[in-house]
Amino acid sequence: MADDAATEVLPSRREEATEALTRLQAELGDAPNGAIVEHADAFGDVVVRVRRDAWREVAQVCKERLGFDYLCFIAGIDWMPTPLVAEEGSGDTSTPAQPKEQTYGVAGSDGRYQLFAIVESTRRKSWRLILKTDLPDDDLHADSWVAVYPGADWHEREAWEMYGFVFDGHPSLRHLYLPSEFEGHPLRKDYPLLAREVKPWPGLVDVEPMPGVAGDDETPAVEASTSDGGETA
Amino acid sequence: MTTTDLPQPGELPEIAVDPAAFGHLAGAQVNVELDTGDMVLNIGPQHPATHGTLRLVVRLDGERVVAADPIIGYMHRGYEKLTEYRTYPQITTLINRIDWLSSFANEVPFIAAAEQLMGIEAPPRAQYQRTILTELSRIATFLLFLGEMGLQVGAITPAFYGFRDREYVLNLIEAVTGGRFHPNFNRIGGIKDDLPWGWISECRGVMNKVLTSCDEFDDLVAGNPIFQKRTRSIGIIPQELGAAYGVSGSNLRASGVDWDLRRDGPKYLVYDELDWQVWTHPDGDSFSRYWVRLQETRESARMVLQLLDQMPSGPLMAKVPRIIKVPEGEVFVNTENPLGEMGYYVISKGATGPFRTKIRSASFSNVSILPWMLRGVYVPDIVTILASLYFILGDIDR
Amino acid sequence: MGLVSSGKTPKPLQHLLNYSRKYSLWMLQWGLACCAIEMGVALAGPRYDVMRLGVIPFPASPRQADLIVISGTVTDKMAPAIKRLYEQMPDPKYVISMGSCANCGGPYWDSYSVTKGVDQIIPVDVYVPGCPPRPEAFIQGIVLLQQRIMSEDPAERWRGVTREPIVVG
Repeated sequence: MADDAATEVLPSRREEATEALTRLQAELGDAPNGAIVEHADAFGDVVVRVRRDAWREVAQVCKERLGFDYLCFIAGIDWMPTPLVAEEGSGDTSTPAQPKEQTYGVAGSDGRYQLFAIVESTRRKSWRLILKTDLPDDDLHADSWVAVYPGADWHEREAWEMYGFVFDGHPSLRHLYLPSEFEGHPLRKDYPLLAREVKPWPGLVDVEPMPGVAGDDETPAVEASTSDGGETA
Repeated sequence: MTTTDLPQPGELPEIAVDPAAFGHLAGAQVNVELDTGDMVLNIGPQHPATHGTLRLVVRLDGERVVAADPIIGYMHRGYEKLTEYRTYPQITTLINRIDWLSSFANEVPFIAAAEQLMGIEAPPRAQYQRTILTELSRIATFLLFLGEMGLQVGAITPAFYGFRDREYVLNLIEAVTGGRFHPNFNRIGGIKDDLPWGWISECRGVMNKVLTSCDEFDDLVAGNPIFQKRTRSIGIIPQELGAAYGVSGSNLRASGVDWDLRRDGPKYLVYDELDWQVWTHPDGDSFSRYWVRLQETRESARMVLQLLDQMPSGPLMAKVPRIIKVPEGEVFVNTENPLGEMGYYVISKGATGPFRTKIRSASFSNVSILPWMLRGVYVPDIVTILASLYFILGDIDR
Repeated sequence: MGLVSSGKTPKPLQHLLNYSRKYSLWMLQWGLACCAIEMGVALAGPRYDVMRLGVIPFPASPRQADLIVISGTVTDKMAPAIKRLYEQMPDPKYVISMGSCANCGGPYWDSYSVTKGVDQIIPVDVYVPGCPPRPEAFIQGIVLLQQRIMSEDPAERWRGVTREPIVVG
């Protein structure tokens, strides 16, 4: 992790995070009997990965016992590598060169899809919890949080629309952003952005290449033309 | 007046009708069968009262709303997918346009997230300038709100006042950044340029002007009995429910929740070096949302004056490499934007662009409470409630 | 009028029709995104007041509007609504496409839900580039449109002859 002096996580915030984790562990317990599979730290916030069948229980514990009364959001992650990006070292700065291997982030993952949520407290300062759970590829179901946090209604609709996660117990899982005739789940990594496949980035004009790539200032690729006052044919 | 005295949504008083008053109609013949049923009214997406392309399908019983269903997505541009294919500077340009009124404030949490991942911190002068520009965009947004809520209720004059005063603030922002809105001024590690010569005294003049116009709005709009009649005890958000829905910002503070991320969240700009206060109101109705934003405009103007006095000298950018590659990690940074709590959850895999960005926008959660809040209100009150919640469609739909 | 449809509009009448039409453009009171704010500033702001040119944003209904300004991003979900609004407007009607999102998709050129340019669904008379264009640029678009209206032949327009769109800047 980067050195603490620059990231400046105050001791009080670290204590808050540790207390949140300890109390959650006391309520839920660690796997395989309890719900918590793994936990880690993300720049001062505690990230807890829980078992999928305990997803609603986690929400109830957070809201009723720990006092996390505020729902920040619920969203999904697809860990498959981003396709159609620039090659490393090609000098193409129009799109980033993402790694080609499938790696997982903080607190790990069992597979490609993850559901994550953040809950906060309006009464305790900096009291925040990031929760993750894995969804197997062939069974993208999870329990709905609507009974616990009513605001989860729209977030879960969005997660269904963007990833295809089905929430059991949700009153009406239908399209939120996209027209009802839309096919596919856009935020999945294998959903193509067709405009990028058809034509390259329109902003890629012929500027000088990035330093280190062949053809930059040190290694002139083109002979300097003799000055003819711009009176070219 | 406490929250318990005011009628809750759905508990509107019955109108007492004297049966003897219509005695002269007793013998009237009616040859049409009055079959009152529910009517479905479609408001929007093109409608002057919906602040953009929001579609509201309401089921009415006479003039009272039985059920409401907001249909959003008419401004969905696919931000989260686009960020996966762009580098950090390109994304900074794009995210200005999420909440298009307070554009500078949208960049701040994203840049703060990237800086945390890289382990660098912007120098103090850059932090001060960022804070000043954030507060200026907050003032600009709220001036528009103060004017335009009057417009929705029926008064056109406040809208002109709001636009006029907003021009002064936009001129200031333009003098520094070059753009009236969508400044795209943040860079990872600091800020792009210094303040121009003479800007500080100009800014002081404008802030004093803003304080005067806030008094004008106080007199003209908030003190207006028609406005008060239309907004008091309309659209009450209870504290617990608001928090469970994710309502944030001035909307939640108007329900009495004393929570402001500038003071209570992890430190992101220089708010802890200023002397300022958080404004709350116990009622939770549309009037209190207006009142809280009015006070916050005044507070922001006072904060800017303090920031101008305390501004340190120094460099504007930390040392960053020319091609920005952000190391692996995940971070969530949320800030108090004018509309509420905005946050970015950035997952980076060491490339020049993020792997996944989850954008938590304030208006999305603010509007998700509409189905609950609109039950039992009259149709004209729908407009008041929409105006008082103050959402931006780009913020809802991203 | 019968003269317009029969194609025999005398020049003074044509001048009078065009003159009154160009200075009484009624603009549909509607905006999509960030460009709508700049448009609102141009319309309602005391500094860039465009009402002095006769463009009054009163009609909230397209049935009474001459001019529609597409100011902001056009998404695939909104496109049928825009087409319906355009079809509800009575002739002669004009379209100004304001901002790069409405011109060509703009910064969202690769998005899955954005229509890359409103000219895919309705014919555009004036393109005002910018992101967002300054109110002055929008007013220039209006002035250029007014000049074009002045030089228009109503009979030709009745027959359906279209002209090249204007690009501001």
